[in-house]
Amino acid sequence: MAQIWLKDRVDSAFITQTVCLDDVTIRFEIWDTAGQERYHTLAPMYYRNAQAAIIVYDITNQDTFGRAKSWVKELQRMAPPNIVIALAGNKADLPTSRRCVEYSEGEAYAEENGLLFMETSAKTAMNVNEIFVEIAKKLPKKEVNNGQGGRRLVETAEAPKTSNCCK
Amino acid sequence: MINVNNMSEISMNVSPSASTSSFKSMENVVNSSTEEASHTTSILEDIPNEFLEHDNHTDPISTPSHESEELSGELRQLMNKNNQLPDIPTPLEDKYIEDSLSEIKINSDDNFWLTEDWQRKERHIFILSSSGKPVYSRYGCEDKLATLFGVMQALVSFVQDTDEDRIQSIKAGDLYFSFLPKGYLVVVSVCQHHHSDQTLLQQQLLYIYNQIISTLTLSQLTKIFDQHRNFDLRRLLSGSERLIHTLVEFTETEVDFVLASYRCLTLSSSIRDQISHVLSSAVSKVKNLVFIILIGADRIISYLHMKKYNLRPMDIHLILNLVRSSESFKTGEIWTPLCLPQFDASGYLYSHVSYLADDCAACLLMLTVDKNLFFTLSEAKQVITEKLRRAKLLDEINTALSSSHSLLTSSLNITSLRHFVYKCKQTSQLICPQYEAPYVANSNFGSASIQSR
Repeated sequence: MAQIWLKDRVDSAFITQTVCLDDVTIRFEIWDTAGQERYHTLAPMYYRNAQAAIIVYDITNQDTFGRAKSWVKELQRMAPPNIVIALAGNKADLPTSRRCVEYSEGEAYAEENGLLFMETSAKTAMNVNEIFVEIAKKLPKKEVNNGQGGRRLVETAEAPKTSNCCK
Repeated sequence: MINVNNMSEISMNVSPSASTSSFKSMENVVNSSTEEASHTTSILEDIPNEFLEHDNHTDPISTPSHESEELSGELRQLMNKNNQLPDIPTPLEDKYIEDSLSEIKINSDDNFWLTEDWQRKERHIFILSSSGKPVYSRYGCEDKLATLFGVMQALVSFVQDTDEDRIQSIKAGDLYFSFLPKGYLVVVSVCQHHHSDQTLLQQQLLYIYNQIISTLTLSQLTKIFDQHRNFDLRRLLSGSERLIHTLVEFTETEVDFVLASYRCLTLSSSIRDQISHVLSSAVSKVKNLVFIILIGADRIISYLHMKKYNLRPMDIHLILNLVRSSESFKTGEIWTPLCLPQFDASGYLYSHVSYLADDCAACLLMLTVDKNLFFTLSEAKQVITEKLRRAKLLDEINTALSSSHSLLTSSLNITSLRHFVYKCKQTSQLICPQYEAPYVANSNFGSASIQSR
């Protein structure tokens, strides 16, 4: 599944992916989008009929954690009421010296707001599959039995990599 | 329009005292840095002294002093050796030069723009807001160039304020500065050669400006700067620097840019008609679809448009650039807002972008004004791929793609014909064979073709 988790996404892509959970196959229809302003006008399309959302921030950048929180608020306001929201602290493969958002900080915020929480690494694929499985478990039973999946919105709230401008 | 033709004129007529002095001080620093470089590479007698000098500096990055002493001891020995055999560099000597160069590099990391390497780049491109905020620099982090951006802003606004005119270029020594102040943005290029065609330089700047409009739309750009003159535009452009990079390269290397035309993938007309027919029949019932473009190997395979609307070459170049620089299009279907400045600078078209199939690297774009059309277009795309596959047209496209760069002048059997470019004015399409000797030795086709015109 790691291949669908793209770095530096600046557009919005629609991807389908299947995950096996016990005996059930779940087909995820995924909107993978960056948090840029110009995609905001498309947001209603992402929310419509969405059953799950993953909001991603960068654990080495406090600012992205703040932006992730505002996306959580927006989703709670705009998205269907039963949506499953997961919060993912990405770049967990980086050395602890680079970390700016503590695990406990992310976890506490997730608990307060009833979100799934995991730290992930898109680079090493750590917890990427797991977070989808966790979401699948939380989806309404009936839907799972029907083999229907949720539509995901990913907000890659990662800061632009410094390498882009400092080469 | 103003063309300022030498440096002394700038200081006398155009620039206020502040920017004159910063130009001067920059020159001084430049001189000193080149002196430093020549010291380290050529005059070996000075080496130990230079290391001692470095030791006196309280620079946290420089090596601990005892190590330096050891090293300079070694170097003294080395120097003696070299005095005997001055022409044969030993490996140790190379190592020393490398060490000292890297030290300079570390010390001047923040001042990379003072390095000769940076200053000697063939063509610099800068983008700034009209209030002087850095937006983009082709080489190096634009944040560190605040002073330079300040000078550029001063030059532009001085001409604007005093003469209600627009500064276009400055020639100074070997350097040629081109300016495009447009709305709230200023695009600047600095070239080493002044034989560059001025019209083309201005056109290049316009392309870069339009690339930004293509990401943001003119109306959004104007609205933002109307509200906050000091807005840091990079916040909205993050991730699209790559598009500017590839576009600049395109404008420097491709004759398509010079002739304002685009290339088509070589296909027999009946095959192309069949492909176009498949495309149009699949979307015949879709409303608000304005353009359909099929692209392969950087060339147009098929292009369909609403009767009333047509795309100009510059917009097509921006679309080609988008496809060229977006690897991520190969995964899944993309739905992205895209502004085509010559078509309509004030709004977005919504684009469904996807590759036809895993086994066919042709990229299909469907552009609509309706932002809710994604799933309709997604279905249409499935139909298109299926129909093309069934009619064996995917194979035809693949064959054409694999031989897309194989047209050779020599295959035409015209004696002493070296190369040609043919442009059909009516359609703005061009055909041109691959470069062959003697042109292949020169990597910069852009300038070669400009000169030969």
